[in-house]
Amino acid sequence: MTDRAGEVIHSELEEPITGTRLTPAEQLEPETELFTVNIGPQHPATHGVLRLFCTLEGEVVRDVKPLVGYVHTGIEKSCEDHQYWKTITFVERMDYLSYYFNAMAFCMAVERLLEEEVPPRAQYLRVAHLELNRIASHLFWLGTAILDIGAISPIFYALRDRERVLDLFEMSGGQRMHTRYFQVGGVIEDIPPGWEGEVRKFCKEFETRIDQIEDLLDQNEIFLQRTRNTGIVSEERLLALGVTGPLLRATGNPWDLRKATPYSSYDHFDFKVPVGTIGDNYDRFRVRIQEFRESLKIIEQALDGMPEGPWITTNRKVALPPRHELATSMEALIHHFKLVTEGFRVPPGEAYAAIESPRGELGCYVLADGSAKPARVHMRDPSFVNLQAVPDMARGELIADLITSVAFLDPILGGIDR
Amino acid sequence: MPDATGLELIAQRVREQVAEDAVADTIYHRGQATIEVAPTSVHEVLDYLRDRDDEPWPYLMSLHGVDYLPDEPRLAVHYQLLSMERLDRLNVRARVGVDEPKLPTVVDLFPTADHQEREVFDMFGVVFEGHPDLRRILMPEDYEGFPQRRDFPMGGEPVLFTYNEHELPRWYD
Repeated sequence: MTDRAGEVIHSELEEPITGTRLTPAEQLEPETELFTVNIGPQHPATHGVLRLFCTLEGEVVRDVKPLVGYVHTGIEKSCEDHQYWKTITFVERMDYLSYYFNAMAFCMAVERLLEEEVPPRAQYLRVAHLELNRIASHLFWLGTAILDIGAISPIFYALRDRERVLDLFEMSGGQRMHTRYFQVGGVIEDIPPGWEGEVRKFCKEFETRIDQIEDLLDQNEIFLQRTRNTGIVSEERLLALGVTGPLLRATGNPWDLRKATPYSSYDHFDFKVPVGTIGDNYDRFRVRIQEFRESLKIIEQALDGMPEGPWITTNRKVALPPRHELATSMEALIHHFKLVTEGFRVPPGEAYAAIESPRGELGCYVLADGSAKPARVHMRDPSFVNLQAVPDMARGELIADLITSVAFLDPILGGIDR
Repeated sequence: MPDATGLELIAQRVREQVAEDAVADTIYHRGQATIEVAPTSVHEVLDYLRDRDDEPWPYLMSLHGVDYLPDEPRLAVHYQLLSMERLDRLNVRARVGVDEPKLPTVVDLFPTADHQEREVFDMFGVVFEGHPDLRRILMPEDYEGFPQRRDFPMGGEPVLFTYNEHELPRWYD
């Protein structure tokens, strides 16, 4: 933490120091001393390169401004220069902990433009992977957030289990992160033999692991004191700020797009939406822990009810033909050639598709101009919108609680800056 | 989503309650309803749709900018409205030209628009009049140009390598 500036304002001064003070500080009664502290952008507790510009009165936060843009890489601009099927690679790298969700939102928007039906097996495979990804993302949040408030051991337990999930991704998609498994119209490949058994084994073990992590933290006096009654923002304010996901659900509002507007056959599954009561950091923790259990339920149901059939659309204008057909069918060869060199064309139009990512509503807006490249891809990233709630969470609380609130907000800077 | 008829009914109510020329167009495409409003009446229309309409849309979920090059007017801002009660979404869009890209801000109606309007200003140069803190958010503060516009070239940003570090301006500022 760099203690920068430190502009001291004494009330006994006849002439207040003007020109050097910040606006928020000027609005406050200069009772003691107000000073500004810069946290980040390179700071382990900011989960990436988030910069927080804090105005403090002693140890109490009077105002905080989140400053972002340090990892802006222009992904949305790059998407406009690539064919639709290559764009998936780009969008996955926005929110780098929930890559399946980014790909899902983009594919859903393009499928809506193409009016392409996704086969049932692909929908179930997508659900299984999305929920595994939710577990992986929440696990990473759990480890790092608890680390921020001083507990070292949970991150080892959390990352140990996250590795298991990444192994499952590697088995099904070939890569551990940014798997590019979801395609427009389905998924790239069927799950390999043995994957189902591995997932079931993981689910069985992970159930007890959740209990262990919960026991480790839930009876820890320090953890409870750090999280209870800190970072409270009312439900109305969160809704006005557009905050969604576990943060909103912690206040008792059961808004979950999986239930509200089911996509990818989420309506086939039996699961509950965990909610909190007052919306403090402890409720956020409880909601996410309970979401682990609900995700496990969904994964097991998806494996039980996995329909047979194709895992990607049979429309050869959109999806690559199976490899074996290339040797025997001229048609397949032509389709393969056209798809790889030119990509598929999407009829002009625009679509917005929203899904429930681990951090809230992840929306993808795609504008198609009739060519093989999108004219505009925009991600409504939940971290970007949720970050606006940081000042409301932190004002009037200790600076230590600000760190807790930021950690429990779960911002992913790759998604914020894109 | 409201269906095509529902969209027309909403548009009709907006015309009656806000202004006759407030609605420029209605588009129903791929199951998604879009109502295009005149740039000057964006604030009034969203104010009306938020609380006073028979079927209110209290939440703004997303706000994004688009460049419709080569169509005119080129730029547009989309407002994705949501009703949690009816589980329904409505897209409101306003189109402005590049010569005078100005829209009234909606931060007073929807505080969530704060960062998102700043992003649209940053990327497309749409000026939201009345925004409390309209600065660039993702690009550097001294950046010139609006990178998400379609006429902004890909790779328009020179990349600093050791072999060209002395040729690029401002490299040691």
